[in-house]
Amino acid sequence: MKLLTGVTATIALSTGIAMAQDVSGDAVKIGAMVDMTGVYSANGGMGAVLGAEMAIEDFGGEVNGKPIELLSANYQNRVDVASNLAREWVDQEGVDMIIESTDSAAAIAIQNIGKEKDILTVAAGSASTALTNNECSPTGIHYVYDTFALATGTGNAIVKNGLTDWFFITADYAFGHSLEENTATVVKELGGNVINTVRHPFKATDYSSFILQAQSSGAQVVAFANAGTDFSTALKQASEFGVVQGGQTIAGMLVFLTDIYALGLDVAQGLTYTTGFYWDYNDETRAFAERFKERHGSMPTMIHAGFYSAVTHYLKGVEATGSDDPATVRAWMGENPINDFFAKDGYIREDGRMMHTMYLAQVKSPEESEGEDDVAKVLREIPAEEAYMPLAKSTCSLVNG
Amino acid sequence: MSKQAETTNRTTAIHQSRPPSDARARMTRHHMIVFALIGLFVVIAPQFLYPVFVMKLLCFALFAMAFNLMLGFGGLLSFGHAAFFGGAAYAAGYAAKVWGWPPELAIAFAVLVAAVMGAAFGFLAIKSRGIYFAMITLAFAQMVYFYALQAPITGGEDGMQSIPRNALFGLVDMSGDGPFYWMVVVIFIIGVLFMYRVIHSPFGEVLKGIRENEPRMISLGYQVQRYKLLTFVISAALSGLAGGTKALVFHLASLVDVHWTMSGEVVLMTLIGGMGTIFGPIVGATVIVTMQNYLANLGSLVLIIQGAVFIVCVLTFREGIVGVIAKWLKTRL
Repeated sequence: MKLLTGVTATIALSTGIAMAQDVSGDAVKIGAMVDMTGVYSANGGMGAVLGAEMAIEDFGGEVNGKPIELLSANYQNRVDVASNLAREWVDQEGVDMIIESTDSAAAIAIQNIGKEKDILTVAAGSASTALTNNECSPTGIHYVYDTFALATGTGNAIVKNGLTDWFFITADYAFGHSLEENTATVVKELGGNVINTVRHPFKATDYSSFILQAQSSGAQVVAFANAGTDFSTALKQASEFGVVQGGQTIAGMLVFLTDIYALGLDVAQGLTYTTGFYWDYNDETRAFAERFKERHGSMPTMIHAGFYSAVTHYLKGVEATGSDDPATVRAWMGENPINDFFAKDGYIREDGRMMHTMYLAQVKSPEESEGEDDVAKVLREIPAEEAYMPLAKSTCSLVNG
Repeated sequence: MSKQAETTNRTTAIHQSRPPSDARARMTRHHMIVFALIGLFVVIAPQFLYPVFVMKLLCFALFAMAFNLMLGFGGLLSFGHAAFFGGAAYAAGYAAKVWGWPPELAIAFAVLVAAVMGAAFGFLAIKSRGIYFAMITLAFAQMVYFYALQAPITGGEDGMQSIPRNALFGLVDMSGDGPFYWMVVVIFIIGVLFMYRVIHSPFGEVLKGIRENEPRMISLGYQVQRYKLLTFVISAALSGLAGGTKALVFHLASLVDVHWTMSGEVVLMTLIGGMGTIFGPIVGATVIVTMQNYLANLGSLVLIIQGAVFIVCVLTFREGIVGVIAKWLKTRL
C-alpha cells in the first residue's frame, strides 16, 4: 500500500498537474477514504481498505487491459481532511471512484464532491438516510445499510415476534431521534405501543436512571436508539442491571460485529439487531469471511464485506461498458443486479439506494457459542422492500423531480 | 499623582518592554522580509500545491494567529476557541445557503456573530484567571457544541452541507477554486496586517504589560478588564473570520469545527509555532495541517507520527519553531 501511494505520488509529480487529467484513461483509480484511528477504525478502517484490495485482486488487478489502482487515506474523522483529500484525488490524481467508510458529515461531503466534479461515489460505511434523500446525487450510491433499514427492520421483526410494548432510550440528537422515530412508527403500525421514551445526552456516561425507568416500566422491549460509545456504555450498564435476565429484550439499532466482539457475549447476549451481513450465514459468506480473516485477523463486518461487493460491482460495470465515465458506469450498475456473497439480486435504485436483503440477528449466549467468532445467529431475512424506505417517501430530487 | 506624572509613568512602563531603537529597526526589517516571503508563498503556492489545501492552510493560520493574540500576547489561555471558529462557520454557511448572501457579506456576518459571542463569553470568562478561565471558556464552547449537535439549522451530525459560494459583490463568479483562492489570500493578508497592527499598537503594548505583570498595570491605572475583554472580542472576531472563510472553502460546516478537539488543536498550532511570536502560529498551523493531510496516506501511523513530532517539539523547541529561529537571529519574529 505504501508502495502504491509512493508510486502514485511519483506519477502525479512527474506528469504534473496539467496532465493528471489524462491519467484517468490509463488506469482505473479507486480511492478509499476511511478512518483508521478513530471510532470507525474497527468496523471500517483498514478492514474496509482490505475489502477493496481483495476485490481488485479477485478481479485480476486490471480491467479491460488497464491496471486498477487503489488509493487510501486515513481521514482521521475530520470532515475537512476528507473533503480536501477527495478533491485532491479527483483534481490531481484522476481518481475515478471514491468509496468511503465514514461519519455521515464526511460521507455527504464526499457525495457532494462527486456530484460537483462528476465522480462516482459509494457510501459504504455511513448510516445517514440523507444520502439518498435531500442530498441524493446522480453519481452517488449508498451501499450497505441505512438508519431506516436498521430501525424498521429491528422494530418490525421484534413486534412480529409478539413483543409489543417498547421503551426507548434515545440519544438526544438528530441521529437518535430519527432512529427512534423510524422504529416507533413501525411498532405502532403493527399494533405495538411505545410506553415511554427517555432522552440521554450525547456521550453520556451514566445510564442507570434510564435503565431503572425502563425496568420498572413493564415494557417488553428496551430499545437503544443510539450508537458507538453511547450504545456500548448503555449496554454494559443494562447488563449490570440484569435487564435481559429480568425478562426484557434489548433491541440495538446500530450494531456492528466489532461492537459485539468488544462487549463480549456475557454483556451482549440476547441483543437483537439488524445487519446487512453476517459472516456465518451460508457457505459463500463463510468462504469470504475465512479468506478475509486470514489477512485481517478478524471476521468482516458488514462494511468490510460491502466494500468488497461495491468495488466488484463497480469494476464489472467498467468492464462491461468499457468506460470509466461516471454516468455510464452508474447506469450499468443500476441496470444489472448484484449477485455475490453479500447480496442476492441486489439492485441500485434511482435515488442511489442499493436494495438488498437485510438480516435480523441475535447475539448468542456464551453457552451457545462454539468459538470466538461464533457470536450471533440470523433469526430471519428481511426482504429489501420491507427493510428500506419506499421510493414514494423519498425526498430525493432525482425521484420526485 | 498628577496627570502628567501618570502619563510619564505609563510611558516608562511601556518603554521598558521595548527594545532599543536600532534593534527595533532591525526587527522591522526582519518582519518586512517575512512578510515578503509570505507574499511570495501565497502567489506561487498554487503552482505546486493544491489550492484547496493552501486555502485551508491560510484559514488555520489565521485562526492560530487569532488565538495567539490572546495566549501569546494577552497571557489568556482559552480552551474554547472552537466555539468562535465553528460558530462562525455555521453563521457564514447559513447566510450563504439560506439567505443567499454573497461571500463577503456571509463572512462579515460570521465575524459579527463570532465577535458578539466573544463579547458575551469574554465578559463572564475574564472575571476568572488561569485554569478557571480556561475551564469557563471550555464550558461555553461545549454549550455551543451541543447547540450545534441538536439545533435543526446546523444539520446535526450530518453537518451543514452544500454551502454555495455566491458571486462576489453579486458580480464576480466565485464558484471555482481559482478565483476564490485570491479572495482567501486577500482575507488572510488583511487579517495578518490587522493582527500585526494590533500587536504593535499602544494597545498591544499594554496587553503585553498585562501579561507580564497584571497588578502593576492595575496600579498604573489601566482598566485591565476592559483591555482583556477587547482582546477577547478581537481574537474571537478573527477566529470567526477564519471559520467563516473555511466554511466557504469546503462548502461545509460540521461538528468537527466546534468540537473541543479543535480548541486543543489551535493551542498545539500556537505552541509548536511559537507562542507570543507574530509568525509562529502560521508555521504551527502549516506543520499541523500538512501532517493531517499528507500523512493521511500512511494510514494508522498518522497519529503516532504526530505524537512523536509533538514530543520532539516540546523537548527541543520549547519556544516553538519560530521562537527558536528568532533566538538564533537575536530578534523578534
